[in-house]
Amino acid sequence: MRVKRVLQKNEDVKEKIFVDLSLIDSLLEKYKSKKGNLIPILQGTQNIYGYIPEDAFIKIAEVTGLKLADMYGVATFYTQFRLHPVGKHIVKVCHGTACHVQNATAISEAIEDALEIKDGETTPDRLFTLESVACLGCCSLAPVMMIGDNTFGKLTGSQAVKILKEIKIKENN
Amino acid sequence: MEKTKVLIGLASCGIAAGANKVYEKINALKISEKIDFELTKTGCLGMCFREPLVEIIDETGSYLYGDINEDKAVEIFDKHVKQHEPVKEYIVRSDLFQAKDDNFWNGQIKIALRNCGVIDPENIKEYENKGGYEAIKKIISEKISSEKVIQTVLDSGIRGRGGGGFPTGLKWRFAANSKSDFKYIICNADEGDPGAFMDRSVLEGDPHAVIEGLIIGAYSIGAKEGVIYCRAEYPLAIKRLNIAIEQARKKGYLGKNILGIKGLDFDLYVKEGAGAFVCGEETALMASIEGERGMPRKRPPFPAESGLWAKPTNINNVETFANIPYIILNGAESFSKYGTEKSKGTKVFALTGKINHGGLIEVPMGISIRDIIFKLGGGITGGKKFKAVQLGGPSGGCIPEYLADTIVDYDSVNATGAIMGSGGMVVMDETTCMVDMARFFLDFTCKESCGKCTFCRVGTKRMLEILTRITHGEGKEGDIEKLEELAYQIKENSLCGLGQTAPNPVLTTIKYFRHEYEAHINDKKCPAKNCKQLLTYTVDEEKCTGCTVCAKNCPSNAIDGERKSAHFIRQDACIKCGSCYSKCKFGAIILS
Repeated sequence: MRVKRVLQKNEDVKEKIFVDLSLIDSLLEKYKSKKGNLIPILQGTQNIYGYIPEDAFIKIAEVTGLKLADMYGVATFYTQFRLHPVGKHIVKVCHGTACHVQNATAISEAIEDALEIKDGETTPDRLFTLESVACLGCCSLAPVMMIGDNTFGKLTGSQAVKILKEIKIKENN
Repeated sequence: MEKTKVLIGLASCGIAAGANKVYEKINALKISEKIDFELTKTGCLGMCFREPLVEIIDETGSYLYGDINEDKAVEIFDKHVKQHEPVKEYIVRSDLFQAKDDNFWNGQIKIALRNCGVIDPENIKEYENKGGYEAIKKIISEKISSEKVIQTVLDSGIRGRGGGGFPTGLKWRFAANSKSDFKYIICNADEGDPGAFMDRSVLEGDPHAVIEGLIIGAYSIGAKEGVIYCRAEYPLAIKRLNIAIEQARKKGYLGKNILGIKGLDFDLYVKEGAGAFVCGEETALMASIEGERGMPRKRPPFPAESGLWAKPTNINNVETFANIPYIILNGAESFSKYGTEKSKGTKVFALTGKINHGGLIEVPMGISIRDIIFKLGGGITGGKKFKAVQLGGPSGGCIPEYLADTIVDYDSVNATGAIMGSGGMVVMDETTCMVDMARFFLDFTCKESCGKCTFCRVGTKRMLEILTRITHGEGKEGDIEKLEELAYQIKENSLCGLGQTAPNPVLTTIKYFRHEYEAHINDKKCPAKNCKQLLTYTVDEEKCTGCTVCAKNCPSNAIDGERKSAHFIRQDACIKCGSCYSKCKFGAIILS
């Protein structure tokens, strides 16, 4: 089912992340009185912060009059929305049919082992978030992963890990 | 003399293969060498297996170069563009002589894809030069009534290309007959089937064709507003659609008083999806546009009576709309002359999986699946044995090798238990496990079920559990029957297409590959040697040279043995990762 039981507050994140709520003012102004505005507002908010912070939900509710429950329902229904901060690089491993047939599972497993995180999790240094996605539409290059705007095709597990290591080295310099 | 044209395919797949670098290289050379030619970014030509692609059209003809990298681009530039000497060894297709990939093109008829890879999708003039927006101009100048337009669409025999197969003309007539002060027309571009990218290619390669199709549809049913619901995973398609809409507005094809006709108002916007497969279902899609959770609604009332914001609404798929301008401009006959009695015209397929020439093809209905795979697709990768083809994604089914002479039309494909679907065609060879395939699709539908109907929500989960157990070697007698019973219940008791078709992959694999299920359950064996838990790795002592490579690479230290003497694998410690199998240079690891 599309709705996952959301875990209670993440214990690791003790300190509250500061969120500058004024960043969404113009977005809310634009969509405030439009019908069917809920999803565009959430999409816009996520574009700004990379996820939808709790405080942003509350502010959206206050400004637009949308119900918190409705927003939460929508945000948990669609896979696009995230309720927790993500890493700097989002590693999307394609698990479409063509990639599955070409052993995309091996790619995910190799990355999980190398980064020591599971699907959907973020590394402690907040550099990488691992996500499985349904189809990136580059089926002829299967198996595929996408980091930012870059797509890497015809991968093996070790190649995928090597690409991540290169990014990490660049980041540390 | 016309200027030499250089076209570079820059759809998502081309970019992923490195076409941007090729484009930049050639552009840099163009500037530094000051040579006058036309450099165009174009969409997908369909030959994904040869990306990046560069096409050069000069006064002698057209030459298509495949598998181009920066170095080859420099070579082609020096020899072909500068000295007019084609570099034959890289040419994959030309209209002057036979080339190595001609088979991929023979048998293709391009209607929906007529401009993909031919024009610059970000330039409305190029679309107009190819007869673009002529169809809507014809309707206006010849004062063709909306009823006549609908009749032409009906006569062409085109059926919904999203997978439903409902006659488009009939759908339009229902919406046209519905009385209301406001109507909507929607283009469904929420292409969620894993393994399908037809709509993406059309939107990226020829967005104006879809827009013109929508304008004609709006004229026919009397819609004032249109929405293109596109999945957010297609950023390039969304970008190009927005550019195209802006250009069409400036030219007076969209907005108030279209083409100067008073009272003919129609405008259009792109709505980004948020990632939910079920939103490809039309009532769920409308709920999503309204800002709700994308859950299907009960029908009746049908969208033609009460759809988006409770107004009459017509929804068609991208490919359907892309065909419409062609049909109106060239007449119903130009489309209906292709195909079979009940399935007219052409269909676009995304050919992927274990196939040599994977890509995007448009073929007339009535061609056999075998011809698609072996003639156009160039056969199976690595010369392996062809086992089955999957049509219709998670809603479809597998067609086995012995039924490969089935022709492609709605009714023939349905008769096998699969569905035509939107056009994803995934080819499988002998190493693909059909039980695992069924489990894969069930895993997908189970995650994507919206949760509204109990049978779909809980039933798919239970089916998935059984399938997972079978692939883990824990299958029990009676599991197959239980799967069939659950499948029947889910099909009967679900509201929307997702639930009604979710069991199809399981049912067709049981129907055609029951022996594989039985091998998993009774013998605890995976005939395709794919299900990890059912495999054993052993060392062939005759072949083993004792080089120790396997032992060094074993992540769980499960391989023992002295240097230069045969090794052996301790089964209790083996995690079946297969690294010894892939690392052994002597073929001494036996997989059974």
